[in-house]
Amino acid sequence: MPITTVYTAEIKKISILDEHANFDEKLGDGLIPNDALVRLYGAMVACRHLDEVAFRLQRSGRMGTYPQNMGQEATSLGAAFVLRPDDWMVTCYRENCGLFWRGVPMEGILLHWMGDERGNAMPKPHWVTPIYVPLGTQMLHAAGLTLAAKYRGIDRIACTFFGDGAASEGDFHEACNFASNLEIPVVFVCQNNFWAISTPSKINSAAPTFAQRGLSYGMPCVQVDGNDIFATVYAMKQATEYTRKHGKPYFVEMVTYRLGDHTTADDAKRYRDADEVEAWRRKDPIIRLNAHLKNLRIWDDEKEAALRAKVEQDIADAVARAENITPPDRVDAFDSMYADMPADLALQRDTRQTHSLGQDPSQLPPEAQERAAQLDAAALAQHSAH
Amino acid sequence: MAHLTLVQAINLALIQEMEKNDAIVVLGEDIGVNGGVFRVTEGLQKRFGAARVFDTPLAESGIIGLSIGMAMGGLHPVPEIQFEGFLGPAYDQICSHAARMRSRTRGAFTVPMTIRVPVGGGIHAPELHSDSPESIYAHTPGLKVVMPSSPYDAKGLLVAALREPDPVIFFEPKRIYRAIREEVPEDEYTLPLGVARTVCEGSDLTIVSWGASVVQCMQAIEKSERSIELIDLRTIYPFDMDAVATSVKKTGRCVVVHEAPLTCGFGSEIAARIMERCFLQLEAPVQRVAGFDTTMPYYKLELDYLPDANRVSRAIQDCLAY
Repeated sequence: MPITTVYTAEIKKISILDEHANFDEKLGDGLIPNDALVRLYGAMVACRHLDEVAFRLQRSGRMGTYPQNMGQEATSLGAAFVLRPDDWMVTCYRENCGLFWRGVPMEGILLHWMGDERGNAMPKPHWVTPIYVPLGTQMLHAAGLTLAAKYRGIDRIACTFFGDGAASEGDFHEACNFASNLEIPVVFVCQNNFWAISTPSKINSAAPTFAQRGLSYGMPCVQVDGNDIFATVYAMKQATEYTRKHGKPYFVEMVTYRLGDHTTADDAKRYRDADEVEAWRRKDPIIRLNAHLKNLRIWDDEKEAALRAKVEQDIADAVARAENITPPDRVDAFDSMYADMPADLALQRDTRQTHSLGQDPSQLPPEAQERAAQLDAAALAQHSAH
Repeated sequence: MAHLTLVQAINLALIQEMEKNDAIVVLGEDIGVNGGVFRVTEGLQKRFGAARVFDTPLAESGIIGLSIGMAMGGLHPVPEIQFEGFLGPAYDQICSHAARMRSRTRGAFTVPMTIRVPVGGGIHAPELHSDSPESIYAHTPGLKVVMPSSPYDAKGLLVAALREPDPVIFFEPKRIYRAIREEVPEDEYTLPLGVARTVCEGSDLTIVSWGASVVQCMQAIEKSERSIELIDLRTIYPFDMDAVATSVKKTGRCVVVHEAPLTCGFGSEIAARIMERCFLQLEAPVQRVAGFDTTMPYYKLELDYLPDANRVSRAIQDCLAY
């Protein structure tokens, strides 16, 4: 027989709670306890509200560019719900909901986008990495973090998130290849939100699914409805169990949609149809979970109002904490560069100058030294006032 | 005390530090069973096991990205990039992440990592196996950049690098991997990063160099009848400007020698600093003997490109005649 089949594959798609709030009891019953379901709903509502507040902060000049997470809350939340608290979660910048679930303070995320590095100083107990801006590089770090745990004999996996655009980056493929070949337990989650700024996902992949990219690296792969918290939880349970048991990676494509602009600096109306956005608005993960909670008779308008009041207060408090933080000390930019400060850098820090006569005015004639001292004092006063 | 080559000195430093610190993990292309294409990691996998010394897929960005994660996770990875010409694919991970992690997280995450990279020309290698990119990385805040010129220094500097809490690019000049043997103590010693070595003292002119060029400089000095001081920078960043300035204030004349292209080579920085710090003592403009601003030629022309003793001698004479 000269021609034989050496490989065949199929990709399954998981959907449990659809956009009409139809619920697949066979897959979904007992998957998420009702009390947890209410908390998950609250987390999504909070994340959505933060997006709205952040948008207004940016528009009113109180915050820099901000990427809204709107519409994608159920993806990272499903992962965070399933992961153990000390598994690594290595994300990009549209996974706020999952990060908040793990206890990352909202003001940390706000501070990052307010141009303050202290927002990235995430306390380690949350086992999350800081926001990553250059797309597609962080998946390798997830593999390295997990390999370090494996080397130390610690039972810990990582889950890393990236988008359909980032799945075109070379580092994505290298991370998949390394994790598979070196047997590193990482769950790769591709958030396919259909748009990488204005680039439609079809320019990032001509294949029917992103999930099948995992096949090339010998990973089990699955596609899920990323706007369905039950489906993301179901898939993450399968993925983490496999990953933990076999010490190997797993690939999950979560199909979702970026309801907002790429960032506050973007205007998505320039490149996508209002009809398309409108269709996805009806598939919103929050709307369908709200309907499901009501179908379960564990949610009503009164509870909704109480939740929203609490969320608004919590987020107002977080914004206040972010805005009222002491101004960053310019010295921190220098002192955080190295564990031991090179003398040359210390000189730049201490003199606030890079020109040699400014760093050592004793080389100048006396009257110029006096002028330099006055200028230094004025600059310092201006900086303090600022 | 054994007479060792630079390759053997680095191998010894790795073994001794790995014995002391189980956080050190060695990885890269062909570094396991094969011991690396230059045999620098020979015997390490057998000695420390395949979990600590392992071969990776052929992907430089992957090697460095994986190492960054390992470092953030508490290890001290020692990735080898097979040749400096292959650093390109890893540039993003090195400069966008390793170099910035401590600063951008205000110390919440750090990347203690020693990237070993054979560097430079002179061994008749194929293209992209002979370049000298040290100034690119010295220009990236957050990194430390080291380039030893002798087996003794290589061991002491590597031990220091392996104890560094921040990322170090450890360039190993392949031209002198086996060209020099010298006494290298078995006993532990470190050479602190950022401290230059005065190779020989002199009073007429200062030469500042690093890496394999130090050997060419010595040849030129031996031919000269004048009193020449040679400073081996050893660490490109942080660099020991005090040692350079002290010497140039004494001699009033300076020639900087490196393999990397002239324009924006690290000699440019040294020359600028000498101008700033030794302006009144300078008797002649600082001279730079460097690779030309051409693509590093294939090996038939590499000796024309690389600074040799003759070009260094000519620069010494011109600088002294000024």
